[in-house]
Amino acid sequence: MTTLLELSGLTKAYPGVVANSDVSFSIARGGVHALLGENGAGKSTLVKTIYGLVKPDSGSMRLNGKPYTPSEPRDARAAGVAMVFQHFSLFEALSVAENVALGMETPPPMRDLSRRIREVSEAYGLPLDPTRRVGDLSAGERQRVEIVRCLLQDPSLLIMDEPTSVLTPQEVGILFATLRKLALEGTSILYISHKLEEIRALCDAATILRGGKVVGEANPRKASAAELAEQMVGTKLTPPKARAGAVGEIILQVSRLSMPPASQFGTPLKNVSLAVRAGEVLGIGGVAGNGQDELLSALSGERRTSRETVLLEGTDVSRMPPSARRAAGLLTAPEERLGHAAAPDMSLTENAVLTGTARMGLLRNGFLSWSRARSFAKDIIAQFDVRTPGPGVAARSLSGGNLQKFVIGREVLQGPRVLVVNQPTWGVDASAAAAIRQALLDLAAEGAGIVVISQDLDELLEISDRFAALNGGALGEAVPTSSLTMEQIGLMLGGAHDLEEAHV
Amino acid sequence: MDLSSISPTLLIASLMVAATPILLAALGEMVVEKAGVLNLGVEGMMIMGAISGFIAGVETGSPWLGFFVAAIGGAAMALLFGVLTQVLLSNQVATGLALTLFGLGLSSLFGQGYVGIKANSLKRLDMGFLSDLPFFGRVVFGHDPIVYLSLLLVFAVWAFLKFTRAGLVLRAVGESHDAAHALGYHVRRVRMMAIAFGGACAGLGGAYLSLVRVPQWTEGMTAGAGWIALAIVVFASWRAGRVLIGAYLFGGIVVLQLNLQTAGAKVPVELLSAAPYLVTIIVLVLISGRAGRGGDTPADLGKPFHAST
Repeated sequence: MTTLLELSGLTKAYPGVVANSDVSFSIARGGVHALLGENGAGKSTLVKTIYGLVKPDSGSMRLNGKPYTPSEPRDARAAGVAMVFQHFSLFEALSVAENVALGMETPPPMRDLSRRIREVSEAYGLPLDPTRRVGDLSAGERQRVEIVRCLLQDPSLLIMDEPTSVLTPQEVGILFATLRKLALEGTSILYISHKLEEIRALCDAATILRGGKVVGEANPRKASAAELAEQMVGTKLTPPKARAGAVGEIILQVSRLSMPPASQFGTPLKNVSLAVRAGEVLGIGGVAGNGQDELLSALSGERRTSRETVLLEGTDVSRMPPSARRAAGLLTAPEERLGHAAAPDMSLTENAVLTGTARMGLLRNGFLSWSRARSFAKDIIAQFDVRTPGPGVAARSLSGGNLQKFVIGREVLQGPRVLVVNQPTWGVDASAAAAIRQALLDLAAEGAGIVVISQDLDELLEISDRFAALNGGALGEAVPTSSLTMEQIGLMLGGAHDLEEAHV
Repeated sequence: MDLSSISPTLLIASLMVAATPILLAALGEMVVEKAGVLNLGVEGMMIMGAISGFIAGVETGSPWLGFFVAAIGGAAMALLFGVLTQVLLSNQVATGLALTLFGLGLSSLFGQGYVGIKANSLKRLDMGFLSDLPFFGRVVFGHDPIVYLSLLLVFAVWAFLKFTRAGLVLRAVGESHDAAHALGYHVRRVRMMAIAFGGACAGLGGAYLSLVRVPQWTEGMTAGAGWIALAIVVFASWRAGRVLIGAYLFGGIVVLQLNLQTAGAKVPVELLSAAPYLVTIIVLVLISGRAGRGGDTPADLGKPFHAST
């Protein structure tokens, strides 16, 4: 196989951080090349460089043996480089065809374009209706729009940035079949992920990044997942210790909870029922946008629901606002760290006050006791190993992993009866993720009920006792985790929708 | 009261004249908002258009040159807003309000020596026998060129947004500037052009007041027309056709209530004068209630864009 793209000595520094340092590797024509690394390892900066969104400080790239210096994405697309973004680059209010047209240099007239979208999407087993509004599509369908947009340009290199995080296991299988077909036809694929099993199943070469540097090349078909993980993280990881607490009485009971969506493209909750016992971890899985945020807001009290739908230890809390629910022992940690779980420009102490006032006794005669608040914040920082100069710094200045440890720690230290967390380890490095999972398990062992809403199925299988799937705003039956296989979970999550295998 | 003194022909003809300044300003603001920018300075840009157009019209004697200078004046005000909000990332709401106050003040400074003068006005088009037809002659074929220009502009803006690639890019920028940036579109450049267009339209609308409708210069002569234009954009759900309906509805009630006043209607004058605003607001509430959830609002309207990478 010949070389398609060659990177040599790429370096890019931002104020205070070197995102890429002397990165060199090459991608073979028709190869599926993995770029492996933790969050913050510099993967995104590197692919943005290849796609022309970032100019490197030094270093050079050669495409097909010729110097390649894209100054904007237009140049990259003209040279045959296409990219499927991690956070979708789609416009919700526009139709599928309009979205595709926006990603092309010289789109044909709309009618021809719609016909070509149908042809290409069906040839690769990714059926799409060009007239539908993207806002009405599922996450998996949206990704198809992105992929079809790329395929219509006959790219020689297709960059996929974390494509499977929004897909069910079945959809992942079909995506891989499509990618293999493309590789056979001679398209190179640069596949970015931190999911090792996927890379071992799909890729034939891998470059591992850590701290902005290339720390190794590996053949993912031969290397074991443990070897890859060690190279990626730099240390050995210890899986969380299982606990031995007994499961007690039901402490959180949700029955027949229905709620209209908050926004136009939101998901309504349909007749959701669940029960959590003391000392138990209930895992709720689901592809993004199936009602996770709505479920969390109904439990936290941000949105109130009909009477008798949410019971905490037998008391109806359905009509209570968040502060009253906190006082009663129902605590929540939402998904979005900056702006929802924490106020970005406020200090850690102030952020600790925001949820801890009632349970930590931070009020004295109606006035805030800042000394108590500070010591509460210091406790969180010490016990959860939050790396920060002190409680006075702004939440915004913490890295994702550190802020997440702070946000989870803030709730855990309040000794909740029930803790509901949404995506507790999203975008968090592996060691911080392990610490957070351990903290949740320890809390359950002390007799609290835990609800973990997550899109990371491995995480749910690792820490939860029972698993339920959220699909289109409806929650399925909770099943003991020990008896589940990935296959079954995939079907619970809604299977592969209307997808079919690519006709290879 | 004597309703027979109200002639339907004249009523319709004059409502079109009354609505044209608002139609022009609202159409420009709609394009700006479609690109994701909320410019609350429409009033300020209109009045600057009114005075700069009036000065140019008086000094050169040509109303056409007046309209041309008014468009430039409105666009210059808009670009001031554009530099502040798009380059220096100032707050769009505060900057827009400041632009209105600034425009009102600056225009009365410029207008010091022009109070009480009359400018050459635009003649109504004479379309031969067509203009002599009963009713239709006056209502359809008996207007000045700017009225036809504004109607043409409604169609042009609709077609631009719906059918052209540039229009698609503009809508995309207003829908998600981050996604547009990731695809390599120049968010700031697109928005600056939209802002300048919006300013030019507001300037034309202002000049129509000072050069055709009144036609004189008085301080603060826009009298809230810019704010009505802003409201009409919202109630029209950012659609060119509905902007036209909204502007003509408002213009129609303005003219009707004036006619009712002269006909001696037994309704307090204050209520009649307030009627156009009241009716427009009520219609606004009804329509937005029916549309529900505000689904047509450009998703990134009023949000500042800063390319972080």
